[in-house]
Amino acid sequence: MTGKLRTGKLSRLLLARRGGASWHWTDVASYAYLALGVLLMFGPVAWLALSSFKTPAALLEFPPSLLPMAQSEVSVQGYPQPLPLFRVTMEDGSVRELAQVRRVGIVAQMVDPKEPGQTIRVPADRRTPVRHMALAVENYTDPLTQFDFLRFLRNSLVVTVVATIITLVINSMAAYALSIYEFRGKSLAMLGVIGTLMIPITIILAPVYLVVTKLGFVDSLWAVILPGAATPTGVFLLRQYMLTIPRDLIEAARMDKASEWRIYARIVMPLSMPALAVLAIFSVMWRWNEFLWPLAVLTKTEVHTLPIALNAFQGELQTQWHYLLAMTVVTLLPVALVFAFLQRFITSGIANTGMK
Amino acid sequence: MAGLELRGIRKDYGATAVLKGIDLSIADGEFVVFVGPSGCGKSTLLRVIAGLETVTAGDIHIDGTEVTRLAASDRGLAMVFQSYALYPHMTVHQNMSFALENMGIAKAEISARVDRAARMLRLTDYLQRKPAALSGGQRQRVAIGRAIVRDPKIFLFDEPLSNLDAELRVATRKELAALHAEIGGTMIYVTHDQVEAMTLADRIVVLNGGRIEQIGTPLDLYNRPANLFVAGFIGSPRMNLLPTELVKGEAAGTAATLGIRPEHVEPCQEAEADLTVRIELVEQLGGETFLYTTGPNDVPLTIRCDGQSRLARGDVLPVRFSRDHLHRFDAAGLACRPEPLLARSPS
Amino acid sequence: MTDTIRSHGAPARGPSAAAAVTTGSANALMRLTDPPMRAVQRLIGALRMPYVFLLPNLVFFGLFVFLPIGINIVFSVTGGTALFPSERPYVGAEHYARLLDCGSYLEAASCREDLFWRGVGNTLTFTVFQMVAMVLFSLVTALVLNRPIRGRGFFRAVYFFPVLLSPVVVALIWKWILQRDGLLNAVLTTAGGEKILFFVDPGWAMFWAVFVSVWAHMGFYTLILLAGLQAIPRDVYEAAEMDGTRPWRVFHRITLPLLWPNLLVVLVLVLIRSVQVFDEVFVLTGGGPGTATMMVVQYIYTTAFANQVQNFGLAGAASVLLGAVLFVLTLIQLFLTRRRAS
Repeated sequence: MTGKLRTGKLSRLLLARRGGASWHWTDVASYAYLALGVLLMFGPVAWLALSSFKTPAALLEFPPSLLPMAQSEVSVQGYPQPLPLFRVTMEDGSVRELAQVRRVGIVAQMVDPKEPGQTIRVPADRRTPVRHMALAVENYTDPLTQFDFLRFLRNSLVVTVVATIITLVINSMAAYALSIYEFRGKSLAMLGVIGTLMIPITIILAPVYLVVTKLGFVDSLWAVILPGAATPTGVFLLRQYMLTIPRDLIEAARMDKASEWRIYARIVMPLSMPALAVLAIFSVMWRWNEFLWPLAVLTKTEVHTLPIALNAFQGELQTQWHYLLAMTVVTLLPVALVFAFLQRFITSGIANTGMK
Repeated sequence: MAGLELRGIRKDYGATAVLKGIDLSIADGEFVVFVGPSGCGKSTLLRVIAGLETVTAGDIHIDGTEVTRLAASDRGLAMVFQSYALYPHMTVHQNMSFALENMGIAKAEISARVDRAARMLRLTDYLQRKPAALSGGQRQRVAIGRAIVRDPKIFLFDEPLSNLDAELRVATRKELAALHAEIGGTMIYVTHDQVEAMTLADRIVVLNGGRIEQIGTPLDLYNRPANLFVAGFIGSPRMNLLPTELVKGEAAGTAATLGIRPEHVEPCQEAEADLTVRIELVEQLGGETFLYTTGPNDVPLTIRCDGQSRLARGDVLPVRFSRDHLHRFDAAGLACRPEPLLARSPS
Repeated sequence: MTDTIRSHGAPARGPSAAAAVTTGSANALMRLTDPPMRAVQRLIGALRMPYVFLLPNLVFFGLFVFLPIGINIVFSVTGGTALFPSERPYVGAEHYARLLDCGSYLEAASCREDLFWRGVGNTLTFTVFQMVAMVLFSLVTALVLNRPIRGRGFFRAVYFFPVLLSPVVVALIWKWILQRDGLLNAVLTTAGGEKILFFVDPGWAMFWAVFVSVWAHMGFYTLILLAGLQAIPRDVYEAAEMDGTRPWRVFHRITLPLLWPNLLVVLVLVLIRSVQVFDEVFVLTGGGPGTATMMVVQYIYTTAFANQVQNFGLAGAASVLLGAVLFVLTLIQLFLTRRRAS
């Protein structure tokens, strides 16, 4: 990217503008496209995050305000509830801050908080609400107590961590066998792995459900963890990498009296770390986001994972967007963090393997 | 430490026979070098001994015990690989102790052995480094150290010096010789470099096309090559090979080919010349001079002279062969000898 | 393993215990696992060890892929509501006949199982539009990102990060923006337009289903195409420049042919994933309005699980049909990938 390029006319058109050269229209178009992309890709997530801090009242506003704002309220003597505060332009042109008692049609009954005895009637279009920035943190804290949100979070964590560990262990073992050894039935095993590549869980939902039932895993987290633990993608990814480990190292270890298991654990695994890391990230991503299968197999609320809980909420809590948005942010956050730290690693891993 | 015996070893890869029946016996403490051109099966033979390859036929005995079916890890041999095969994720210390851990040896004992080997190989300062942070020569020494700590029955070396530059190769060769003198283990060493073979070996095994051409001490092979292949392979520059009829007084015998080493050809008076040659190239090395010449029918002849020479390209030179050093080979390429001197046969 | 799982009354406790074990040092794990594995090796010999290494994965594949495929086929030819194959009466090709019984295949309403055909129709519509949009946008984005622009890493990340998001999260983000009083309608009314009820209008619902899928996944395909673009040697362009080739011709005659293998892979991958689409669309529209965005997979899911009568037979037959389509598509993909590799 920083390499010096010849400033030919064509390469300027095709590749970039060079320092000092004037902007070609394609440069302008490129940056415009990218700017639009940033707005379109980041905007919705930013909007979600901003919205998640709004109070229910602020969420109902139309048109919505950009930042989480809430209308200021004052307690006025003689009124049991706090009253909303408005800035009112009076007939004489002066501006006063009044609390609204009620609104009838186009007329609002207001009261000056300093003189609570006297009601003032003003046309509704002469007043604007007094607002302040208000972060509705309770959107995040309430679900913890009200909906057992922590349990879903924990379920998701357990599923993600345990499934990823099992995936790494058994897939690396299979990849090791398929990359280091020559044995009878090897091509058959490879064929089996390729075969499973073509069978997404989507089309065998019911029978897998039956198997899981038979094994006694229904409504336990194992029902989500186990079926996807052996992934052909993982086996391929690791095998491709292990094939690049010099055979000499394996033979040296054999001469060093290492058992085959020890060669796997002490030589091949440490040397496959980059590929294992890529698979680990993929697995975390798959498991954290997995939806259809858990939806089918986890019927009891206490074993719901985050995506399932979110989906259930959006059915039940149609009016409670404030909780739903906050929980969505929490679901999104770990992935966003992982991405922020490992972005380069993930993108190059995907570019090199062509899988996700 | 132990002796080794190979009986009728054959190894086929599909339809290709790589080893075509190898019989060999190696005594305890011996330094044996397998030498031959690439593809001759020398590395395969070493890997068969190591247990990294299975045999198609034949059997292998170490110290009188048959090990043919034993896995590499159970034969108790140590191997130094051409690529060194150091574990890149382990430090030098871990590389050397890995085998000992596998054998379940106590930690203290492991440390003691690694330290001893490291001292011997001047690696003490590098024990905490990873292989990537070492020079080629240091890596080579770690690979040897990894074998030494094991105190194996037999050391196997697979072209261990081929990745070093010329100077380091000579130095390490000397160290290897010293090492063998010091620890005295049985060592089997594979190389394509005949200088390594000549300088290191107690006995050399010359392999060609999956068969043993000759077994013997370095000078045996040099002085009494059993056939044309060994004659041409051992010695540098190569032995001159001439059709018998070119040399006066030799045509009468059974020999079809005459062999004469470059140092046994000497310029002489025209009258006593065996051959008259024309000089094509003169290589002045200071201490010695090589003359590359052609004789009748454009037969090439290399001559080695001590010291420096005033001869030049295009000069015509009468030469004479030292009769004591003339090698005679029959039409089948085997050496003609009064009493056929075969390879010193095993046992 | 099964025993430890069963012995736990609360299923969640098992995994956390397992996690604790793995966080222990690798050495301890080695000491624990090496002796038994060594014993196994002594018992069967080093040459048979690969079977031991393959075993766990094959057990998993067998239990959760190969066995279910078999059961699925059994489901598809048996009837009743029972889950266990032995309790299900054999009905032959009845389910297949029911699925394929149509007056006209172009008219879903004329079919006996009209919901299935609506699903097929919707999936086809979705697939066609999504393929065009996905390839177009990821190609343009890859081309733009391949220019040496400032901050390329940042922009690449911007386009890529939705790929990592849960489909549920993606759907909720957009549902929030597209709702009646949402951000988009606010922008529309400010610009002088009318509010649009996006999820009440079938056309809009399908549009947004496609849009959201492209939004969520285009980063992935952009990466594949970008990798392909960057693999084109720079000197090819320089040679073209020396020959005085015009920019459009360079794209047409050099970039596109050299990128073609990657483009093909992207096309087939998009196709395979489109045919299976479910998550985002299901959460975003619930398949509605009516059945306007109900996909085949949703049909299978509802038939097997969500309906009051769980019809595993019908769902199984539909799965087998979908599986056959996917099988062919995957074969094409493998063929293309292999050709790209060689």
